[in-house]
Amino acid sequence: MTQTDPRALKLLSPSLAFILAMVVIPMAFILVYSFYENIDLAVDRAAFQFGNWQELASDGYYHAAIWKTLRLSLIVTALAAVLGYIPAYVIAMTQTRHKWLLLLLLIMPFWISFIIRTLSWIHIFGSQGAVNSLLMALGLTDAPVAMMYNEFTVIVGFIHVFLPYMILNVYVSLDGIDRNLEPAARTLGATPWQAFVQVTLPLSLPGLAAGGLLVFVLTGGSYVTPLILGGPRDFLFANLIYDAIVTELNWPMGATLSFTLLALLGSVVIIYSRLMGLKQLSRALS
Amino acid sequence: MAQVELRNLVKNYGVVNAVKHANIVFQDGAFTTLLGPSGCGKTTILRMIAGLETPSAGDICINGQRINDVPIHKRNLGLVFQNYALFPHKTIGENIAFGLKYRGVSKSDAVAKVKNALDIVRLPGIENRYPAQLSGGQQQRIALARAIVIEPDVLLLDEPLSALDANLREEMRIELKAIQHRIGVTSVFVTHDQSEALAMSDKIIVMSAGNVEQIGTPDEVYNRPTSEFVARFLGASNVVGSRVEKRDEISVHVTTQDLGSLLLPAANCTGLGAQATQAKIIVRSEKVILNPDPAKGVPAVIKAVDYQGQLARYFITVGSTDLQAMALIAQAPLQVGTQVGVCIDPADCIALSQ
Repeated sequence: MTQTDPRALKLLSPSLAFILAMVVIPMAFILVYSFYENIDLAVDRAAFQFGNWQELASDGYYHAAIWKTLRLSLIVTALAAVLGYIPAYVIAMTQTRHKWLLLLLLIMPFWISFIIRTLSWIHIFGSQGAVNSLLMALGLTDAPVAMMYNEFTVIVGFIHVFLPYMILNVYVSLDGIDRNLEPAARTLGATPWQAFVQVTLPLSLPGLAAGGLLVFVLTGGSYVTPLILGGPRDFLFANLIYDAIVTELNWPMGATLSFTLLALLGSVVIIYSRLMGLKQLSRALS
Repeated sequence: MAQVELRNLVKNYGVVNAVKHANIVFQDGAFTTLLGPSGCGKTTILRMIAGLETPSAGDICINGQRINDVPIHKRNLGLVFQNYALFPHKTIGENIAFGLKYRGVSKSDAVAKVKNALDIVRLPGIENRYPAQLSGGQQQRIALARAIVIEPDVLLLDEPLSALDANLREEMRIELKAIQHRIGVTSVFVTHDQSEALAMSDKIIVMSAGNVEQIGTPDEVYNRPTSEFVARFLGASNVVGSRVEKRDEISVHVTTQDLGSLLLPAANCTGLGAQATQAKIIVRSEKVILNPDPAKGVPAVIKAVDYQGQLARYFITVGSTDLQAMALIAQAPLQVGTQVGVCIDPADCIALSQ
């Protein structure tokens, strides 16, 4: 990084200009907006004051939302890691020539809008849904059991939508492991499980970490899933932004909250890149 | 130390017979090579001994004990892979000590054993480096150290030298043989390289298409091939058709189309059926002597020359028969188109049934 070829900068300049125009400058507007003062619905006064930031710092409601968001993101990430590792392992280790088909199956859900996929859970867990119909048909219950609109369905919805990101990342790192390493460990005296724990698992950690980062950041920034599948108390921090901007028409506060979320999730990415580097992520996404 | 025995070992992949009824004894302490072209089943046999493949039929025995159903990690074998298969996330010390921790070796003993293994492969003091920091040849030595440090009953070597470049390969094969000789471990070496097999082995098993073609010492398989395949696979051999004229206890008289009649010693004709009327005469290219004077020998003409420095391989035509001749040369090789006289000593010829 210390020695930069001047030609590299020239080659990068179109993309840098694009990022500047489309990301950095709009973000700067949002930052500026966070110092404006909201007078009434959709009426703002250009100013330089810290009222919005003071409200964020003092109101426990916002703090609770931050903790809730971090907690839920961690739960979803951990579950996705466990649930995603298994299919990734199966796809990576399969001997079949139709591996591409398994990978296609993984990508196929992306052909359907994620909102539609999220809404589909209503037909599974809802009072008229598949689970309740089955329970009633079996005579296990007379009236529908309330299963929807709680934290559980929000987590299920997140896992459903974000699992492919985890699987793809873990798959890429498992696929890059030399196939002779596990047999080598086995001949040296390791049981299948020991060989996995000693060799395959540590070598797949970069993929697990990259998948974890994506799932964590994607969950942390979500608002649609809790909106559709959650109850009144199952809001994430991004839902507060949605409320501030769309419902309350308080753009300065929305800008303040947006910047806060950006800083929080951005710091997660920075910590990750310090620990792991971004190579693995670009490998999985390319 | 152990003797490995394969009894009627068969491996099928669907309809493909990778190994067909192999009966082989790997002698205790010997360096035995499975030699053959790719796809001949040699690696499949090695992997079945290691437990990485399951035999379709037949038994694998170590010291008389059937081990077919013994899981890989309980077989106590050392396996060296072609691509080294070192654990990239572990240091050299941890790589070598990997097998020791499953054998209840204490930490301090393990450190001493690792040090000793590194001394054996002549790479002392690199315990704390990572595999990626070593060259290919060094990595292969570490792979060998990792396999021998557990004092395996059998050392299995799956083309361990073929990923190395030519000079290093020759150096490593001398060293590998020396290490094996020093520790005396029963070794099974898989290769497709005939010079590696000849240089290193106590015994060579030549394989082709799932069959064992010949088992013998390097000298036996080279000088007394029992099939045309073995003759052709180990060095360049000429195969000439002939008619059996007369045979008795001491000699066999055959006539060839272009090389005249030859009187072969009976000892060279053990591969010739008693009633055979036709015989394949096999003569190694280095036994075909070219005389610059066409009058001395059967007249022939040089069609092509493959110059290799101290050696030259000549492609010659005698009448309608094409032959190869390999000769040590001191100066420039003979030119294409030169008329020469071909001399073949019948004692250098082997007769096989058609």
